[in-house]
Amino acid sequence: MSNVTEIRWHGRGGQGAKTASLLLADVAFSTGKFVQGFPEYGPERMGAPITAYNRISKNKIRVHSNIYEPNFVVVVDQTLLESIDVTKGLKPDGAIVINTEKTPEEIRKELKGYTGKIHTIDARKISEEALGKYFPNTPMLSAIVKVSGVMKEEIFIKEMQHSFEHKFAAKPEVIEGNMKALKIALQEVK
Amino acid sequence: MAIRERLSGNEAVATAMRQINPDVVAAFPITPSTEVPQYFSTYVANGLVDTEFVPVESEHSAMSACVGSEAAGARTMTATSSCGLALMWEELFIAASCRLPITLALVNRALSGPININADHSDSMGARDTGWIQIYSENNQEAYDNFIQAVRIGEHKDVRLPVMVCQDGFITSHAVENIELIEDDKVKEFVGEYYPQNFLLNSKQPMSVGPYDTPTYYMEHKRLQAEGMIKAKKVILEISEQFEKLTGRKYGLFETYKLDDADSALVIINSTAGTAKDAVDRLRAEGKKVGLLKIRVFRPFPAEEIAEALENTKSIAVMDKAEGFNSQGGPLCSEIKSALYNIENAPKIINYIYGLGGRDVKVDNIIEVYNELEKINKTGDIGNKYRYLSVRD
Repeated sequence: MSNVTEIRWHGRGGQGAKTASLLLADVAFSTGKFVQGFPEYGPERMGAPITAYNRISKNKIRVHSNIYEPNFVVVVDQTLLESIDVTKGLKPDGAIVINTEKTPEEIRKELKGYTGKIHTIDARKISEEALGKYFPNTPMLSAIVKVSGVMKEEIFIKEMQHSFEHKFAAKPEVIEGNMKALKIALQEVK
Repeated sequence: MAIRERLSGNEAVATAMRQINPDVVAAFPITPSTEVPQYFSTYVANGLVDTEFVPVESEHSAMSACVGSEAAGARTMTATSSCGLALMWEELFIAASCRLPITLALVNRALSGPININADHSDSMGARDTGWIQIYSENNQEAYDNFIQAVRIGEHKDVRLPVMVCQDGFITSHAVENIELIEDDKVKEFVGEYYPQNFLLNSKQPMSVGPYDTPTYYMEHKRLQAEGMIKAKKVILEISEQFEKLTGRKYGLFETYKLDDADSALVIINSTAGTAKDAVDRLRAEGKKVGLLKIRVFRPFPAEEIAEALENTKSIAVMDKAEGFNSQGGPLCSEIKSALYNIENAPKIINYIYGLGGRDVKVDNIIEVYNELEKINKTGDIGNKYRYLSVRD
């Protein structure tokens, strides 16, 4: 049990949190790990809060429940901090990664007494710079890979290139921008 | 060499369908099984299979098309969930009584109402007496493996019955997990060509399918149909054995986990069995004698084998992810109780209704159940026999 890394994603419908969790499962799989990537399903609408999960382990994973005591939490949309207790159950030695232009110190007071590690990243700025559009999930994927240390950064970049070539086979023009977003994000996560 | 992959449960089943390359697939989309025909229709469009894909306008039509095409002599498949299976109701009986070995991927989901799209077993449990063979799957790997075996089981000359292969909606159908795939050519070789004994397009042997059956013969036909179900048990085991030779993965009528010396046992179906195995390991580490039995084949029901596997336990919690609304408990519990009826000093049995409409089940919830069994073993007092797990009072 203890060698499983558990990650919980909070986002809003349409921001790609589910896709990011599946991409993380994909890339961790390619490094030889056992993985789970799954969203919590309900009557989703654009903009409604959604949750997605990852388990990454050296051993076979049998458990099929949601994650209540994650090692890491990713918040793809900072407006969720008002309505959702995003640090609920988060392990004290874990960390939270939030998409915001604020610094970790500034955002801490919005986390209702949470005392663990906080990382921030301005995914909007990175996405708009690299892609010209707001797709926060790609920078957030980089951020969680860096913060969680589930794999080496070089391997992550190499595997993502491979994964995007497959995923965007029909529109190769978006690969470069996505790769750029991933690389900038690795540098800019605080 | 097995192919290491990561796929959702739906994509795993669609992959099995692609490798089998059936003659006909007729389907109508319904959450959470939609992805199965969706993936499969891209395989058709991309020329990876030469299947005739029939996008029908309802599940009633889907199963009707399956009945027609299978009767014509074509290897036929479909996929559905929940209300989709309910809309197939009438044709499910027709498929089974005409002895048509259609293969159906069922992604288990609650039936309305209240309206709910998440997992439970009320759809397949409602169809348990339609004459279909039912095989259940804990994860994407089992859904894939069972689907490949199902074709051989249903088409076997001693069986000739339709088969539904079930997995939990969203929990496994939409979760991407590791899987080992078999090479395309090996799947094709394992499944083989389909040569039905009797079929409508055989001009040398004109026949009719599904005509009116008078009281003079109706019962004999039902008796023969029941015989096919009785014989299926042996055939399922034979095919499992051949599958193990191919893949190294062993399947039986059910799976036991640390059950041999267990005092307290769970009987459980599908994805929560995996969660329960983690609970068993945690309790075993504390020295507690606990184990579980996971149903793989629910129809035919392997009553004698299950009774033998459970006879030395002291207490059993039967876990039903479907209500029975008979005021006694769920459908699995009724089966387990009748299976153990003739055992001397039979273990005490309690029933839990759990996980309805996607209610999440944690390792801790299962530990709670084992703690209740331990209490029964200590006090001898069975208490309430019909319980609900993690529900608001």
